[in-house]
Amino acid sequence: MRLTAAPALLAALALALAAPAAAQTRISIGIQQEPTALDPTIEATAAINVMVTQNIFETLTRVDRSGAVQPGLAESWEISDDGRTYRFHLHQGVAFHDGTPFTADHVLFSFERAMAEDSTNPRRIIFDPIESVEMIDEHTVEITLARPEAFFLFELARGPAIIVTPETVETNATRPVGTGPFMFDAWTRGDRLRFVKNPGHRNADEVALDMVEFRFIADPAAAAAALLAGELDAFPGFPAPELVAQFEADPRFTVQVGTTEGEVILAMNNARPPFDDIRARQAVSHAINREELIEGAMYGLAVPISSFYPPHGPAFVDLSDLYPHDPDRARALFEEAGILGDTLTLRPVPFPYGTRSAEIIQAQLGAAGMNVRIENVEWGFWLEEVFRNHNYDLTIVAHTESNDLGNFARDSYYWGYDSDAFRELWEAIRTETDDEARIALLQDAQRMVSEEAVLGYLFQLPLIGIFRDGVEGFWDSQPTLALPLAEVTVR
Amino acid sequence: MGYFLLRRTVGFLATLLTITVVVFAVMNILPGDPALTILGIEASEAALEALRQQLGLHDPVVVRYFRWVGAALTGDFGMSHAYRVSVAELVLERLPLTLSLAFGGMIATVVLALAMGIGAAANHRKAGDWGVMFLSQIGIAVPSFWAAMLLVLLFAVYLQWLPPGGFPGWSDPVAALRSLVLPIAALTFVQAAVLARVTRSAALEVMRLDYVRTARAMGYPRRRILWRHVLPNALVPIVTIVGLQFATLVTGTIVIENVFYLPGLGRLVFQAIANRDLPLVQALVTLFAVIVVTVNFLVDVIYVMIDPRLKTRA
Repeated sequence: MRLTAAPALLAALALALAAPAAAQTRISIGIQQEPTALDPTIEATAAINVMVTQNIFETLTRVDRSGAVQPGLAESWEISDDGRTYRFHLHQGVAFHDGTPFTADHVLFSFERAMAEDSTNPRRIIFDPIESVEMIDEHTVEITLARPEAFFLFELARGPAIIVTPETVETNATRPVGTGPFMFDAWTRGDRLRFVKNPGHRNADEVALDMVEFRFIADPAAAAAALLAGELDAFPGFPAPELVAQFEADPRFTVQVGTTEGEVILAMNNARPPFDDIRARQAVSHAINREELIEGAMYGLAVPISSFYPPHGPAFVDLSDLYPHDPDRARALFEEAGILGDTLTLRPVPFPYGTRSAEIIQAQLGAAGMNVRIENVEWGFWLEEVFRNHNYDLTIVAHTESNDLGNFARDSYYWGYDSDAFRELWEAIRTETDDEARIALLQDAQRMVSEEAVLGYLFQLPLIGIFRDGVEGFWDSQPTLALPLAEVTVR
Repeated sequence: MGYFLLRRTVGFLATLLTITVVVFAVMNILPGDPALTILGIEASEAALEALRQQLGLHDPVVVRYFRWVGAALTGDFGMSHAYRVSVAELVLERLPLTLSLAFGGMIATVVLALAMGIGAAANHRKAGDWGVMFLSQIGIAVPSFWAAMLLVLLFAVYLQWLPPGGFPGWSDPVAALRSLVLPIAALTFVQAAVLARVTRSAALEVMRLDYVRTARAMGYPRRRILWRHVLPNALVPIVTIVGLQFATLVTGTIVIENVFYLPGLGRLVFQAIANRDLPLVQALVTLFAVIVVTVNFLVDVIYVMIDPRLKTRA
């Protein structure tokens, strides 16, 4: 009996395995940060941008998974020879989720709202270069800039530049209405947010998912448990690098480790002693051992940087030879600067990458003869005391914006770096419309801020995604803050 | 009794008033600008200024405080800065979960602790007593968040009997109850350990008294002596601890709601403080204070009920 039953059982099993698995149309996604409002034009929270940009809302342009600019609500555009006039041709037949037909009026409304005197748009700099926005006809808009702006099309793809309709602008924070491939369905604040497919979207045929549910799970251990218990299909921004090995060993899951635009830096307050002295900053640069730091703080899951530019970017130059790890050289430079043995305050941001890195940096600077006192502060405190009041010696933070080398050109920024040479260079970069020439200038800029040791450059913040086997299509890296679900499939 | 109630009510209002002043002051002294927290580090100064104007952050603290008190007295707790909806709406949508947790935890704690404590006392210096003492020692030593994580690993990850977290809402009562089992168990584990010890020693003390010996000598059944004569007279310290524990339970939900990602008041207050969402923090802390003070008040009333001697002193 046993002998005869076994082949039959095996055959049945083989059949079951061979049968094509039915495609699923719902997905449950874990998100660490809980949003308080769902409108990226009124709040900067990363999770808001991640969930709604490209899903609920659309922008004139769109950034794809490689970081390239693609058509969004504008199906094509022409740029004048002087690089100042952009003529956008809008998609026709597009409607907002409430049925309102999308026209050039909505572009004008959205831009004028963001540019208004009393606008609270968290990224008004997108609109700073704009001189005028004009409607040519129902489906054509012309935007004139005061000066050429190399990053303009990329910036237009960001959450704060979404196109909205005046009817729902007051309620988008709780019931967002856009033109995207998904529509808002329900939100239980603090627990879950549900989108459903927009059957009227122009690309609806290519969208595999009917329903998307986001679950908000802040605690890393709880996030791991939810995945292991089968509550979630995906956790695209998994918060705990220390738990990744466990999922890699588990055949039920796939792990993707990609990168974000976030440079993790050891910022030094260039405006006050001791880091107004370049020798002190050079000493810190020599004291940093990135390999050890990445191993200890990120479990090996990050790429080192040697300037303020992502290693996956087109203009990246490797400057790691500039200040190689050399504790003796660091000690000598601290001595030259006359601060050897002094105590420095390090106020990292209260996120795991920050607090963990802080302890290792403390030990590494200790090996070069410095005392570092770590002060763990809370996020609101960091924003006010470190970022606004510049009240710090050292801090560790990730700068997650794309194309953010321009931060070095800012007036009275919290780094305290003040260089007219850099400001000139940045002006040349942003107005250079030829790609190759701009890349060369971007490389000069990386060299400048690296040679002057303005900051300690640590590593590029990784993007860790954990997916149930059969879930495909999530971005492995995040060239801009978005999580386009139209490309995701579940088996 | 009338004088007692009046005195307690005056105390209650004075406590509330003090709490609102303290919270308002602390939230204003604490570094952190709500506008900066909402708009982030890329926001321009003009945008921050416009938002501060919108949120009414420019008026002096004292003016804002009295405006808040005035509105609160008419039942208007204002709008949340970060959520952009009324504070009342936010609190009401989360209150049922936190109350379910706290009351569920309290009932489970009392039932378990009384059974264990009385059982241990009845079996003084026997195996049952040692067993209860051992378990309660572990319960006291283990932090509730760690107990919670172990419960999740066992019952949600390995056995997959219960969900690891989240709350589907009361529209599906079975699913809602299922998702409350582990959080309540985690809360109960620690609280019941403390209460069981208190119950045991209170019961032991009463059992040494003459009237218990007399009852025994008269041949009353053991069980009847325990539940009818020992327990009622041991209740005063037990009720005191239960009252204190209820306050701990309400605040303990902050930790438990994080571990089980439950959308309750604990997580809301945590987020509100991080967001510098002043109207929300103010309302939540006041609400927590009301709950704690009310429970203390009820405890005092229960004292009088279980020990008539206190009536004359009150």
